[in-house]
Amino acid sequence: MNENQANDLKKMLLKFGHLLGLFIAMTIICLPGFWIVLSSLRPTVEIMAKPPVWIPQSLSFDAYIAMFSGVGQGGIPVLDYFRNSIIISVTSTVIALAIGMAGGYAFARYQFRGKTAIFLGFMLTRTVPGIALSLPLFFVFARLGIIDTHFGLIIAYVALNVPFTVWLIDGFFRQVPRDLAEAAQIDGCTRWQAFWQVEFPLARSGIASAGIFAFLISWNEFALASQLTRSTNSKTLPVGLLDYTSEFTIDWRGMCALAVVMIIPALTLTFIVQKHLVSGLTSGAVKG
Amino acid sequence: MATVSLKNLVKKYGHLEVVHAINLDVEDREFVALVGPSGCGKSTTLRMIAGLEPISGGHIHIGDREVNKLPPRQRNISMVFQSYALYPHMTVAENMGFSLKIAGKSQDEISAAVADAARTLGLEELLERRPSQLSGGQRQRVAMGRAIVRHPDVFLFDEPLSNLDAKLRMQMRTEIKKLHAKVQSTVIYVTHDQVEAMTLADRIVIMRDGHIEQVGPPEEVFRRPASRFVAGFIGSPTMNLHNAVVGAGKLVFANGDTLPLPQQFRDRVTEGQKVIFGLRPDDVYPAGHGIHSGEAAEVHSVEVPVSLTEPLGNETLVFAEFAGQDWISRMLNPKILRMGDRIKLSFDLSQSHLFDAATEKSLRG
Repeated sequence: MNENQANDLKKMLLKFGHLLGLFIAMTIICLPGFWIVLSSLRPTVEIMAKPPVWIPQSLSFDAYIAMFSGVGQGGIPVLDYFRNSIIISVTSTVIALAIGMAGGYAFARYQFRGKTAIFLGFMLTRTVPGIALSLPLFFVFARLGIIDTHFGLIIAYVALNVPFTVWLIDGFFRQVPRDLAEAAQIDGCTRWQAFWQVEFPLARSGIASAGIFAFLISWNEFALASQLTRSTNSKTLPVGLLDYTSEFTIDWRGMCALAVVMIIPALTLTFIVQKHLVSGLTSGAVKG
Repeated sequence: MATVSLKNLVKKYGHLEVVHAINLDVEDREFVALVGPSGCGKSTTLRMIAGLEPISGGHIHIGDREVNKLPPRQRNISMVFQSYALYPHMTVAENMGFSLKIAGKSQDEISAAVADAARTLGLEELLERRPSQLSGGQRQRVAMGRAIVRHPDVFLFDEPLSNLDAKLRMQMRTEIKKLHAKVQSTVIYVTHDQVEAMTLADRIVIMRDGHIEQVGPPEEVFRRPASRFVAGFIGSPTMNLHNAVVGAGKLVFANGDTLPLPQQFRDRVTEGQKVIFGLRPDDVYPAGHGIHSGEAAEVHSVEVPVSLTEPLGNETLVFAEFAGQDWISRMLNPKILRMGDRIKLSFDLSQSHLFDAATEKSLRG
């Protein structure tokens, strides 16, 4: 076998190994999600069976039907939870993005006293686990009378997300060459127009990804929501999952069905925004 | 069309002053090049004229308006950036028409102006492309197109050619010169490349450490440099500059070798004065291979050894040792020389320069 053939073979083996590695990784990532979907369609007996039943014997949508059947017939106020989740997640994401854009832009473009310290301070807030904040937040919110309101949870999530959106958006604005905004100003733009016409479109992918992350964090958050919500006024979907636990039993099938209902909007949103996440848009702006 | 006038223009960053009260008047339709080594303040000066950098003192006038505090958009200027700064999310046509769109012009007017500029610059085929699909030279042309589309009072160029390769740079240089002849606008052009400055500009402004060293037409700054710095900066290869002391009608170099004191400086130096002697490579040549056809009036010849040659085809740069130092000489109609060969080196002293060693200013009247 000459060197060329040996190299060809090596390349093929490497490619095979690469694909195999990817397959294993994807399996590990996707299996829990797949298992949730499957469990939501199977009778509890099958879910709890030991050894596990790998191939489902019977599938039904009973859990989904029950979920929407109203209280007393195995149902939970899923539409209320859904509405709460949407209102809280979308509002907090929009606010966190607005603040994140302003803050990220300031960090990327301006020099000011204590810049590094403030930035570091932002990052440090991320090191505090949410659950540790829940008790102090509960006291403060109780005093302010905003327990069990959308407003309370929205502020909590904005505070949780802002450091992250500032940090992410700062990075994307840094990648937009300063010359572009200057060129726009010379072309007749005000500072504000230069931002919206040139810098914003170029950082859009970064802002979109910051938005997705902020939305998913708010959408999935449980620890704070479980403390700061009480009723259908403000309970979100993750907290709603607890409705399936009672003193002696847990309705795994119902819980899985609700989990699927939770996953679908998040997945859809990610899918829609995905096309904005294409980076490399700035290539060609300056010498390349 | 407009004049540009800088009066005592100062730029400070905190306590650090980088541009020291410079004065400059640019005529209407004049092409002025600001040239100097990096960090000399030339780009900062340009950015102050553009309004991208606030000024710390002095005045800037464009036409009869004082623009000190005006934002860039109110100064009616165009700028071509070193990085081109094309908007990557817009096509070439959108890039070129952007300023008109912001100004609220109609789509028809924009299309007509863009088509006109595209014709001038040969960009018709590229109008629908995005900047990432263009080569360096094409991007450069689009950047110029964007600048000419709205007929500004003043064009500002910030090292526009320094990202291009040598061949393309020469080509674009010609195009910029043609463009200036066509649009007849006032141009202020920043470059660190003295060849660009010499070839393009009506007048050259040589800057150093935030000061203007000399202003003048290319011929003048080349022939009559006002200081040692200008003499060393303008011209390629650089001028031979060596320290000497005036003694008994001669220039005495460090190792004791001498040259006659050039006649034009006889009355301008004193005995024992420390000077810097300068002579361009064109004016020191192997005998018979000089730039002047006949024998010039004041030629002094010395036999010296060759230490290095750089053949360029039509000419050879000969490095010869005299007074303990290498002197660069330009040899026309070259013949082959080897290291160590002894040649007769002619110094055309009528073309020489003398600078005071302390002030580094020219001793020419």
